[in-house]
Amino acid sequence: MIEIQDLHKSFNSAGKRVIAVDGVSFSARDGEITGLLGPNGAGKTTTLRCLYTLMQPERGKILVDGIDVATDPLAVRRNLGVLPDARGLYKRLTARENIAYFGQLHGLDDATIKARSNAAIAALDMTDFADRRTEGFSQAQRVKTAIARALVHDPKNVILDEPTNGLDVMATRAMRTFLKQLRSEGRCVLFSNHILQEVAALCDRIVVIAKGRVVADESPEALRAQTGASNLEDAFVQLIGTDEGLAA
Amino acid sequence: MKSALIVFLKEVRENLRDRRTLINTLVTGPLMAPLIFVLSVNTLVTRELDKAERPLAVPVIGAEHAPNLIEALKQQRVEIKPGPTDAERAVREQDADVVLRIPAKYAEDWNKGQTAQVELVYDESQRDANSSVNRLRTMLERYGERAGALRLLARGLAPSVMHPVVVAERDQSTPQARSSLMYGMLPYFFILGAFIGGMALAIDTTAGERERQSLEPLLANPVPRGQILAGKLMATTAFAVTTVLLSILAFSVAGRFMPTERIGMVLTIGLRFVFSTLFVMLPLAMLLASLQTMVAAFARSFREAQTYLSLLMLVPVIPTLMLSLMPFKPQLWMYAVPLMGQQVAITRLLRGETVPLHALALCFVCTAIAALLVYFVTSRIYRSEKLAISG
Repeated sequence: MIEIQDLHKSFNSAGKRVIAVDGVSFSARDGEITGLLGPNGAGKTTTLRCLYTLMQPERGKILVDGIDVATDPLAVRRNLGVLPDARGLYKRLTARENIAYFGQLHGLDDATIKARSNAAIAALDMTDFADRRTEGFSQAQRVKTAIARALVHDPKNVILDEPTNGLDVMATRAMRTFLKQLRSEGRCVLFSNHILQEVAALCDRIVVIAKGRVVADESPEALRAQTGASNLEDAFVQLIGTDEGLAA
Repeated sequence: MKSALIVFLKEVRENLRDRRTLINTLVTGPLMAPLIFVLSVNTLVTRELDKAERPLAVPVIGAEHAPNLIEALKQQRVEIKPGPTDAERAVREQDADVVLRIPAKYAEDWNKGQTAQVELVYDESQRDANSSVNRLRTMLERYGERAGALRLLARGLAPSVMHPVVVAERDQSTPQARSSLMYGMLPYFFILGAFIGGMALAIDTTAGERERQSLEPLLANPVPRGQILAGKLMATTAFAVTTVLLSILAFSVAGRFMPTERIGMVLTIGLRFVFSTLFVMLPLAMLLASLQTMVAAFARSFREAQTYLSLLMLVPVIPTLMLSLMPFKPQLWMYAVPLMGQQVAITRLLRGETVPLHALALCFVCTAIAALLVYFVTSRIYRSEKLAISG
């Protein structure tokens, strides 16, 4: 369970104050997939970065399973599995070693790491390349490794920043199946995307962000009903007030 | 501390798989000191031997005016060459080290018993030519003294009237002290070795990790950033220390086989030297690793980090130059200054002088404190928000 209340964050960019997140509030429930939808630059990544404690919010409160991010960031990170926007691997380590490194940092013992790695390698269909060094991996292979690495500690909450970015159709479909599996295991899945179809195909709940604010927080059906638009894309354009940054 | 160890082991394992880093740590860095040493000693030795034993070729203008002088020079193994038309130009263009010019008036003055003049044309700034010039000047002065003594005897006077005071020289410099420049440079190469050994890791674990976009996922793990930094610094230090250790060992072996005594250099390389050097270099390797990591953490990219670190590499030159150009007496406070302390201590150890234990300890402690300070500054940088964001 992830709860975000009145989050604010701004940056200094070339001497100008840029407000990235301006009072975002929403929650993501266990056993549901919550989609964070918004055009590029809407504040999705910044919101997520505050959530996994990479950044400190200026104002507002974030709770993960009831733990406040500000008071116990380490406990929060223990309960989170994170696939950040930056998902670089160590190219001189094999996929399996990459996964094991994060397992060790989570304090897992070798037997657990081995069992979890094997399970993830099977679930994500990584058997062919699991013992190869990650240098020269395809985009899909890299994302799979990064996900297996992020989930090695069996977190209750899973955050994915644009997980299908750069994936081909087949890999995208596999990713959807995987996210649904995470949901069926009762986890709280929160992912961001700027592609409407992705969000529509998966989410139980859609949080639309534009210019650092939440403009809608509904189920896909309710969203359509609320805006009176017959399809989701029209609803989306209507919500954010422009079709700028809406890449298909 | 367990997390720091995990980070350390992973960084070591990953970098052991990188051939370029391995070559730097195990080959380039360690061989830097012995190699440059062997090269410079060889050059010096061959040059000195050449100069001392080879017949001296001297172009002479107006040799016909002083046949006796020319004959005397020939006996001293001077090869008389026909003189160039323009002596000054020949020297300026380095066609000749030195040109001897005998004026037409020479014979006339000589016969009258007056002071006859000969001219040496040379260029003081041509250090290479100096030994030739000195050899020729000494021969000419000796020839003059002999002729003078003969003239005094012919007039019934003892030649000692000419020398009311005689200077007897008692040189107190040991053979070691004479080649002080060489001694002064050697510690720098050990320091440089530590620098090269740690450089690849300092960049790879900071700017490199950020550029590869793996820092953000790493920081999402439930590990305090200080521990991650500690692990990375430990790995960088381990590589730097390995380089220093190998470099001291390689130098100890190479130094024994070098004909250093021929240039008046006696190296004292025993176990005492190896252990004392390692002792003062250990905290310096830590200091350099922290400095490199700090500088590389500021850099936005791999390339930028490389540029900064290359500039940083010039910093250890400062105490080396200072101590070689202005050789002042080693004072206790110098041991307290990182880099300078190592420089003074290693130079003295090489010369076979004893470095008091408290001086070694002072050097170790002060450098270690400096390393800790830089570590804390670096960990502050590591806590900044901007650090993790790749783009």
